[in-house]
Amino acid sequence: MAETENGKRELSYVLAVKEAVETILNEEPDAFVAGEDVAGAGSVFGIYRGLLDEFGPDRIVNTPISEEGIIGLGVGAAAAGLRPIVDIMFMDFLGECMDEVTNQMAKMRYMFGGRATLPITITTMCGARNSMAAQHSQCLESWICHIPGLKVVMPSTPHDAKGLLIAASRDDNPVFVVMNKASLALTGEVPEEAYTLPIGEANIVRPGTDFTIISYSRMVHESISAAETLAEQGVDTEVIDLRSLQPLDTDTLVASVEKTHNAMVVHEAVRFGGMGGEIAAQVQELAFDYLDAPVGRVGAPFSPVPFSPSLEQSFVPNADKIVASATELLGL
Amino acid sequence: MATQPTDEVLLDIHRRMVRIRTFEDEAGRMAENGFIPGALHLYVGEEAVAVGVMAHLTDEDQITSTHRGHGHLIAKGGEFDRMFAELFGRVDGYCKGKGGSMHVSNLEIGMLGANGIVGGGPPIAMGAGFANKYKKNGNVAVTFFGDGASNEGAFHEAANMAALYKLPVLFVCENNGFGEYTPQRDHQAITDVADRAPGYGMPGVIVDGMDVMAVYEAAGAAVERARQGDGPTLLECKTYRFYDHVGRRGMGRTYRTDEELAEWMKRDPIEMFEARLAEQGVLSADAAKEVHEEIARDVEAAVEFAKASPMPDPDALLDDVYA
Ligand SMILES: Cc1ncc(C[n+]2csc(CCOP(=O)(O)OP(=O)(O)O)c2C)c(N)n1
Repeated sequence: MAETENGKRELSYVLAVKEAVETILNEEPDAFVAGEDVAGAGSVFGIYRGLLDEFGPDRIVNTPISEEGIIGLGVGAAAAGLRPIVDIMFMDFLGECMDEVTNQMAKMRYMFGGRATLPITITTMCGARNSMAAQHSQCLESWICHIPGLKVVMPSTPHDAKGLLIAASRDDNPVFVVMNKASLALTGEVPEEAYTLPIGEANIVRPGTDFTIISYSRMVHESISAAETLAEQGVDTEVIDLRSLQPLDTDTLVASVEKTHNAMVVHEAVRFGGMGGEIAAQVQELAFDYLDAPVGRVGAPFSPVPFSPSLEQSFVPNADKIVASATELLGL
Repeated sequence: MATQPTDEVLLDIHRRMVRIRTFEDEAGRMAENGFIPGALHLYVGEEAVAVGVMAHLTDEDQITSTHRGHGHLIAKGGEFDRMFAELFGRVDGYCKGKGGSMHVSNLEIGMLGANGIVGGGPPIAMGAGFANKYKKNGNVAVTFFGDGASNEGAFHEAANMAALYKLPVLFVCENNGFGEYTPQRDHQAITDVADRAPGYGMPGVIVDGMDVMAVYEAAGAAVERARQGDGPTLLECKTYRFYDHVGRRGMGRTYRTDEELAEWMKRDPIEMFEARLAEQGVLSADAAKEVHEEIARDVEAAVEFAKASPMPDPDALLDDVYA
């Protein structure tokens, strides 16, 4: 924690998440946290560190290595009146619990004619970093965005993480809060008081007039630095941080494209079948007349995440690759 | 399976354990020196389990491993140079640098992979056991998994199916008392994972996992039973990991006491076995020392090999996604 020059408080992403959870547990007696090693160890990523001492083992619940059980615990507890925060350590481990996610959690309300309310927050980590290899690096948000009944937010900054996490916990639906491991060390301004960011609203993080980059999570930062490079080449680039993928704020995207006439979606997930396809299609449907070219897409190549640093580096999109794709798209 | 192992077998068991220990210590150092990226889970302390079981297997028998997989691969016959190259992410690694520590494998000797998914192995071993029975080839599939992994649904489904189909499978639970930073008493209401076996219709056997001959004997009987077509066994080995969950020093979490660690280290599987071999006149202390030194030289040469091996060409990224 540190004070910036203008007296605003800076926090790391990890501490911003912890502070959000603290806020939630203090304001909502029915909220609790459950997950693998969330108690004594405070999660392997440290996001729950210290909360066991503050709230005790009834509210910071260590679970066995049983992902299907963890999501099931969330679903059942929510159906019975609690407001669970459940943690799936790595997003890759969604593979262990997709039935509970897809066939139970997402659909119960609908199947039961609107009579069930499932206010569940699911925290999990995506992203390729430091050679964690094929089973600990994936960005699988298109799996969950495809399932009606779920909401999905992917905060890019400490500030957004706190605001979106509190919003998720107050929402009466299952909300996935997907964080990127490579963003956890980021620091940024985080207000001390409780605040929420509306789920389903995008944020224009860099205004521009010539070109729109639509991104989310860690790739927002790569997109901003790509935008700086593009600006040097005379392309005033607008960067939009979606913040929320489900629901998707198409209004902000359309308004931007009406102004810039060119757009590109940037994400870390594999390009094929990734959110870029859906977002590009929606923008093209809603703003076809304004577009000078098809909406571009930057994403990872069609391979599992490789271990070797040389391969991992060529797998993950970055500012250089974004600039190269933009240059091609714009015919520069 | 009460046949006494020959001196040759005993010396081979000793050598394999020392090979694991020496490799792992060096891997820990190499990670600290920045040569090994990613997560490194070391097997030091648990050597008797892998070696006591693997002494009964041929290259045709299969095993599935865990995130803590180097020991299994070494015991199965893995070569140091290809392993270090893999851990370093180099082209000469067993997986061409694409897998790393958590996915190191060599299918040519029946090692179906380390596995980053806890509980990922048992269903695969069950499937390999199915293939063995189908082909009537007499081979056995062994799955190693932790006490923590025994809480994954995947383990339970695999155990039920292996028993149902009477498959030649051996379930080896490496109960080191922890899943990451959570002690066993906080992740399951039982102390003996073997208690779960009767529920699936297979025998459950508990052995001292620090005593390689105890593991050897129990595993011999279970492997024989599987080869005879009498179905799977759950063999629980009580053991302990001497280093932290990740690397040698770990992530600074407190979850076990120094006293507990010291207590277990008094029962170091290699030291205990060396004392026994010396007592039986099979291997003197000096001869044991020579084995350690020779293996240390092998490790050193393998590290040099790995350092000299190039990083994969980025163009290789899309190779091997499909056959
Ligand atoms: C499906 C899944 N869940 C969680 C993890 C994270 N994780 C890695 S190792 C580990 C502990 C495993 O404990 P255990 O099975 O007892 O093996 P040990 O580490 O003690 O050898 C956990 C929780 C994982 N890799 N895969």
